[in-house]
Amino acid sequence: MIADFRHMTIRAQAAGLSAKDFTSEELTGHYLSVINDSDPEIGAYITVTGEEALAAARKNDERRAKGQTASLLDGVPGALKDNICTRGIRTTCASKMLEHFVPPYSATIADRLNEAGMVLLGKTNMDEFAMGQTSETSYFGPTKNPVDLTRVPGGSSGGSAAAVASGQAAFAIGSDTGGSILQPSAFCGVTGLRPSYGLVSRQGIVAFASSLDQAGPITQDVRDNALVLSVLAGRDPRDTTSLAVSADYTEDLEKGVKGLTFGLPAEFFGDGLQPSIRKAILDTADKLVSLGATLKEVHLPSLKLALPAYVLISSAEASSNLARFDGIHYGFRPADTTTLEDIYIKSRSEGFGPEVKRRIMLGTFALSSGYYDAYYRKAQLVRTLLAEEFKRAFESVSVLLAPVAPVTAWPLGQGITDPVQLYLNDIYTVPIGLAGLPALSLPVGRDESGLPIGMQLIGSRFTEPLLYRAGIAVEEVRS
Amino acid sequence: MNEYEAVIGLEVHVELSTARKIFCFCEIRENPEPNEQTCEVCTSLPGTLPVMNRDVVTSAVKAGLAVNGQINHFSRMDRKNYFYPDLPKAYQISQSQMPIVTGGHVDIETKDGARRIELTRIHLEEDAGKLIHLEGQGTLVDCNRCGVPLIEIVSEPDLRSADEAVQFLKKLRAILIYTGVTRARMQEGEMRCDVNVSVRKKGDATLGTRSEMKNLNSFAFVAKAIESEFKRQTELLEAGAEIIQETRRFDDKTGQSYAMRTKEDADDYRYFPDPDLVPIHLTAKEIDALAREIPELPDARKARYIKDYGISAYDAERLTEEMAIADYFERAAEHTGSAKTVANLLISDLPNLQKDRPLPDPLKLAAVADLQANGQINSSTTKKVLIALLESDIDPVAYVQAENLLQINDVDALRPYVDKVLTARANVADDYRSGKTKAMQSLIGMVMRETAGRANPVLIQALLEARLAEPDDKA
Ligand SMILES: [Zn+2]
Repeated sequence: MIADFRHMTIRAQAAGLSAKDFTSEELTGHYLSVINDSDPEIGAYITVTGEEALAAARKNDERRAKGQTASLLDGVPGALKDNICTRGIRTTCASKMLEHFVPPYSATIADRLNEAGMVLLGKTNMDEFAMGQTSETSYFGPTKNPVDLTRVPGGSSGGSAAAVASGQAAFAIGSDTGGSILQPSAFCGVTGLRPSYGLVSRQGIVAFASSLDQAGPITQDVRDNALVLSVLAGRDPRDTTSLAVSADYTEDLEKGVKGLTFGLPAEFFGDGLQPSIRKAILDTADKLVSLGATLKEVHLPSLKLALPAYVLISSAEASSNLARFDGIHYGFRPADTTTLEDIYIKSRSEGFGPEVKRRIMLGTFALSSGYYDAYYRKAQLVRTLLAEEFKRAFESVSVLLAPVAPVTAWPLGQGITDPVQLYLNDIYTVPIGLAGLPALSLPVGRDESGLPIGMQLIGSRFTEPLLYRAGIAVEEVRS
Repeated sequence: MNEYEAVIGLEVHVELSTARKIFCFCEIRENPEPNEQTCEVCTSLPGTLPVMNRDVVTSAVKAGLAVNGQINHFSRMDRKNYFYPDLPKAYQISQSQMPIVTGGHVDIETKDGARRIELTRIHLEEDAGKLIHLEGQGTLVDCNRCGVPLIEIVSEPDLRSADEAVQFLKKLRAILIYTGVTRARMQEGEMRCDVNVSVRKKGDATLGTRSEMKNLNSFAFVAKAIESEFKRQTELLEAGAEIIQETRRFDDKTGQSYAMRTKEDADDYRYFPDPDLVPIHLTAKEIDALAREIPELPDARKARYIKDYGISAYDAERLTEEMAIADYFERAAEHTGSAKTVANLLISDLPNLQKDRPLPDPLKLAAVADLQANGQINSSTTKKVLIALLESDIDPVAYVQAENLLQINDVDALRPYVDKVLTARANVADDYRSGKTKAMQSLIGMVMRETAGRANPVLIQALLEARLAEPDDKA
């Protein structure tokens, strides 16, 4: 038995399980005790499924004893963001609206992980309906950054990133609409992938903005990330926007970056970028050159339009996606309603938090007759324009290298009063979702306050293998 | 009122008879228990996604081809957003900007001849659920119908009367049933109609302000709704009042419509492309393959009946209205020397006698037609035989022989009956002679009765006329 599992990778756990150094039940028990000790303070989980996890672990151990293993994840404990539906386990989206919602079905990715033998520790905290950058809009209270408990872990997948960073899960699944995997991974110092749109099934993931949402792995390092993505990715007949382009992402990881050209998009390094972040990223870039890579400056002139376009499109889709939470069929409905309209108004007024309501109102307005052309249609044009600009950039470079956020994790409670300022922090991640691209967020150092600095590798669509390959090189030069 | 005309456009919702729903794998069965025919997708639980049922696309394309519409190679599903408890997603997946079919037309026969009614479009959409109001116990939602596939066929405002609207609906229904994409049972709500009516002075080129009446599910209601709305709007115009654009509810019990809501408080549906569904792509090859699956349609059959059987256009239209009747007619027509008689029996005689009974064996109807066409039975005997056929499935030829129903076509055999009636009812004969020509019908009827209905009425009349033209015996 190994004393500290806390920062053991999935691969090391798989090796230990295989060598019978420990059992899945022991591993799971360890994680549950860490959760028990640290989570009251961190708040990474909304629901911990201890009993079920131990039962699943025992089953895995029995299976393994018979010489059967499902995958490298078999017996390894992980967590799912609480917007990923799990059969028989409540799925709240961190909202009062779904506080007691227990889905009778699982998301495709939850099924895939289950078939791969993952032990589910629980459901992680998040911004309500994945709307936020700090995980503070959760109805169940905020998650704190394990690196510095006075600071936010980022969002909206803050619970998933914090769980991995604090050793409360070997890995966790997050979801990303405009940076919700990339940014919390950067804030907590872990490795997160936002996959290309269409790589991972959205079936069973409660929608925020359907044309942007993608789930992806948050792990301790790049190799683990590739391993989890290999389980998640693949066409799902129940999500017609998913495509048959998946691969075994654990292959070709060691090919290096010799001969690759990395693009530095000038617009990502402008005013407002924290100097220590700029330095850490440019230093990393220089080190990649020493491994045989070349650097090239590229331009994405429409970057400044990305944020308003993102806010309009994501809010418009959200206003429609969240309309089903009307107090009629399921979810929260106050007791004192009289008429139909009363049910609608009270359920939605009391069931949703202020950030969710703000976005629903914004999106409803953007789609309204008379405003559609000025807002929604124009935002779609910007989206096309951005995708074109990225495409042009990728004609001369393999991977873009950029900061994830203009700043490192800020103190809890700081942004709540000024939503516009808060939205501006998404400037480097929203264009990726709009263009449907993959990006890998990974730590490249710490700032003067000791807070993790995240860098992202952005690729053209379905170049996840290339991002992982480059990510391994970054990990090498970083240490 | 003569100087006004109605301008009518229809939006017809037709349920496609696919095995499964449009976006999930729920089977569509007859009379399920409430909410039995549902899953997490069609009840719109969080995180679930729609998957387009390709059979639905295929059916819509066939419908489009059958009405000569243009099939669009790319079309797209949109979300129509509104809150109502029968709509669990709070949006209906429909088509707004890019429908699957554009244009098309339906040719109809009206009292004034043939007319072509142009179509605007056909689009795909999903049905909503059903609310069940329980007295004192609130309202329940049944989601069985959520996600049942529909096509909406939108006509141009080409119709000018209730009669034309009904003829259009009958023809459209026939075409779609022939094509095999729907059963379109009106009483089951498988075909429903929204009616837009405006009124203008005859000869005006501009359209008046229209009102809309939704969800009419019988031809009779459509006709009544149009007539009452035409009258209402004409009266308003006559009185110099303004027509308000509004949605009205037609009450089939009173035959009146009532204002529901005006344009000002109409919903803003906030249509936008549904990001959960990829666009529908159809290649020319796929469309051609489907075109080859379209069977012979009512107009083609109608033309064939006129040409091959010498049936009138009007009768051919009636025969082809229901595919089951047309199929039946063709089977019977194959076994008779007089398809025209079969057509008459089917159109004029059987509907009155049939009640709720099924149609008889077509070969037996063919036999009845032959008996009548050959002069072996007269029309009153034909009715007797048809009733026996419907009630007891008799063999017509054996039956008329056993029951001694063969028509008496022998003049010598008929003469004694004529003489007997003229003698016994001399007063009626006198009436005729004194110029009351109507008396002839009474005399024919009396001879008929004497022969137990078997006499050839044409011969009786000839005999009677000849006898009554003779000089009065008494004179
Ligand atoms: Zn279903």
